[in-house]
Amino acid sequence: MSALHIKKGTSKHSAYNLRPTFSDVSERHTLAVLVENEPGVLARVIGLFAGRGYNIESLTVAEVDHTGHLSRITIVTKGTPQVIEQIKAQLGRIVVVHEVHDLTVEGPSVERELAIMKIVGQGDKRVEALRLADIFRANVVDSTLNSFVFEITGAPEKIDAFADLMRPLGLAEIARTGVAALLRGD
Amino acid sequence: MTREMTGAKMVVQALKDQGVDTVFGYPGGAVLPIYDEIFLQNDIRHILVRHEQGAVHAAEGYARSTGKPGVCLVTSGPGATNAVTGLTDALMDSIPIVVLTGQVPTFMIGSDAFQEADTVGITRPCTKHNWLVKETDALADTIHEAFHVATAGRPGPVLVDIPKDVQFANGTYTPPKPSTSHYQPMVKGDMEEITELVAAIENAKKPVFYTGGGVINSGPAASQLLRELVEATGFPITSTLMGLGAYPASGKHWLGMLGMHGLYEANLAMHDCDLMICIGARFDDRITGRIDAFSPNSIKAHIDIDPSSINKVIKADIPIVGDVGHVLEDILKVWKSRGRKTETEAVASWRRQVDDWRKVNCLAYANSETTIKPQYALQRLEELTKKHDRYICTEVGQHQMWAAQFLNFEDPNRWMTSGGLGTMGYGFPASIGVQLAHPDSLVINVAGEASWLMNMQELGTAVQFRLPVKQFILNNERLGMVRQWQELLHGERYSQSWSEALPDFVKLAEAFGAKGIYCDNPADLDDAIMEMINYDGPVLFDCLVEKHENCFPMIPSGKAHNEMLLGEADTQGVIDSKGSVLV
Repeated sequence: MSALHIKKGTSKHSAYNLRPTFSDVSERHTLAVLVENEPGVLARVIGLFAGRGYNIESLTVAEVDHTGHLSRITIVTKGTPQVIEQIKAQLGRIVVVHEVHDLTVEGPSVERELAIMKIVGQGDKRVEALRLADIFRANVVDSTLNSFVFEITGAPEKIDAFADLMRPLGLAEIARTGVAALLRGD
Repeated sequence: MTREMTGAKMVVQALKDQGVDTVFGYPGGAVLPIYDEIFLQNDIRHILVRHEQGAVHAAEGYARSTGKPGVCLVTSGPGATNAVTGLTDALMDSIPIVVLTGQVPTFMIGSDAFQEADTVGITRPCTKHNWLVKETDALADTIHEAFHVATAGRPGPVLVDIPKDVQFANGTYTPPKPSTSHYQPMVKGDMEEITELVAAIENAKKPVFYTGGGVINSGPAASQLLRELVEATGFPITSTLMGLGAYPASGKHWLGMLGMHGLYEANLAMHDCDLMICIGARFDDRITGRIDAFSPNSIKAHIDIDPSSINKVIKADIPIVGDVGHVLEDILKVWKSRGRKTETEAVASWRRQVDDWRKVNCLAYANSETTIKPQYALQRLEELTKKHDRYICTEVGQHQMWAAQFLNFEDPNRWMTSGGLGTMGYGFPASIGVQLAHPDSLVINVAGEASWLMNMQELGTAVQFRLPVKQFILNNERLGMVRQWQELLHGERYSQSWSEALPDFVKLAEAFGAKGIYCDNPADLDDAIMEMINYDGPVLFDCLVEKHENCFPMIPSGKAHNEMLLGEADTQGVIDSKGSVLV
């Protein structure tokens, strides 16, 4: 409470959560940004992050509404609460951005990522890789006598865990899509 | 009504339909079809500048003095890249500008064609939005939308890149209609927050209004509402460089400008207040000084149309997103309906405190009988021009700060200065834009000799279009502000901060067909200024001033509002190593 009898940090109705009590601890947030799918729109979003020194951990983009030409960009970023608020506000300023959602705040949300991994090896390691893939519900999408290519979907942590297990078993190459995310419930 | 026409004709038709009367531009290969259409009509006046940067600054001057968007037309490649400084300047100061650029034909884009540049790529971070138009059918709508985006919400510069084949091809013209795009910024503030601010106004004992360019951008009605609110509450008011004129300098609650070179009473009021009402300003680093010592004991209300301004630098206790005019109207409504209450006695004693600070007379300087002091020159300029219908532009540097301190602004849209970007070379072309919009007014550009030389080629424009702009150059043969910082920060090592090989400004004026006036004697100054005012035509006034005058008051980098320097005696070892990395 201040001298003016105004309770600090009481705003609940603002779209941009304008009256937070900021902490200095860096947080990981997943943002879903709905944009007009026009040339250069991704450059606008990426340029904003580069130009203002924000962090991009992962970014995925694809058109999700073919008639309305809207794309959904899912960005995983890290920053203090004040920086996260600023990122959302700055994204909201871009003329072709329609909506900005902070799934970490609005959550709970489901986050999924797809990865493809090539495991090269023979003998026991090859058998072990296949067994682990089964446990992780990864699919074999290509196979030679010396290699497998697995396809795995899941939360980023699950993919990290699978990649860690595959490393000693001959993990040769990995491609990841970055996170796609949606709010749970209706 | 729709019509078939070429893209080039469409451009001119769209500008007419948007109410454009003046275009600042420079022709070139990629805009020739549009220039052909300009040749064939008489509704839109084309002002041929001498450099594309001048075109954008002139458009800024036009926009800031009228409230209407300024329009530029330049060619591809170098035409577009030369516009970049002006675009960035307009973005930083939220000035509505529409820049049309030519582009190489669509089938040559990406081939490194002659005068090709990735214009939308280069200007993406320095425009509010930009478009590359690839179909003639989309051209008219894009230009109309460009005007909407430039002026809606927080204003800013936009750019439309038009390939040459799109200009030649036929398409269907569509006249302007109310924008249906999703870009429709909210103008009404949240009533719950507004009511909370009213409650704060009612309880405040040491309140201050801190206003900025947003009040001016919101339109003359916003300035009127601000005046009403200030008079009714009796709260003191200060303003940023950008907001001068929204509240009249002659008003009894006026504190003067705040910030790095702001007035003592304004900065101390900001530091000691218990309620700060920020209206259309953005807590720029020139304003706040040291953030962790910024107004430590106040509740801060922040009214801004751009949500990203709020909590960017300073945490707002009462955030209100909305247009200044609309929000002020609601504040007044709610405050009146609740009985127009303030803590009358406490506020009166706060005003007495402010009056005590005023007595410090922070703008005092040692005058001279032999040398013209820059402050004296501006005081005389103020005295001799204040009764005129007057518009002031400035360049950037010491003279700009002195002009803000010593000239008084009674109305909005009368003061054009590059605040955010700090663009040397802004003022002269801006004064041309202002004069075109206000042909019968007295338009003065207060300049330094170094800034002025940065866009001196526009003297040709002023003479060609018979624009009686007055260039009042405070010539100290130095880059004064750089020199001042070198004195305070870099051991008086004046690296590259003097103006060597300056032209004879009188002869320079005459070479262009303008009038030159030289004055270096305080006793002759009044007559010389009168001669400048009374001359019907562009004047270059070379006013030789004291070379080593410093601009005070000054809050050194890394210091708080209550640590300001008032004069030379305060300057020893003022900026520590931490402060010296700041600009």
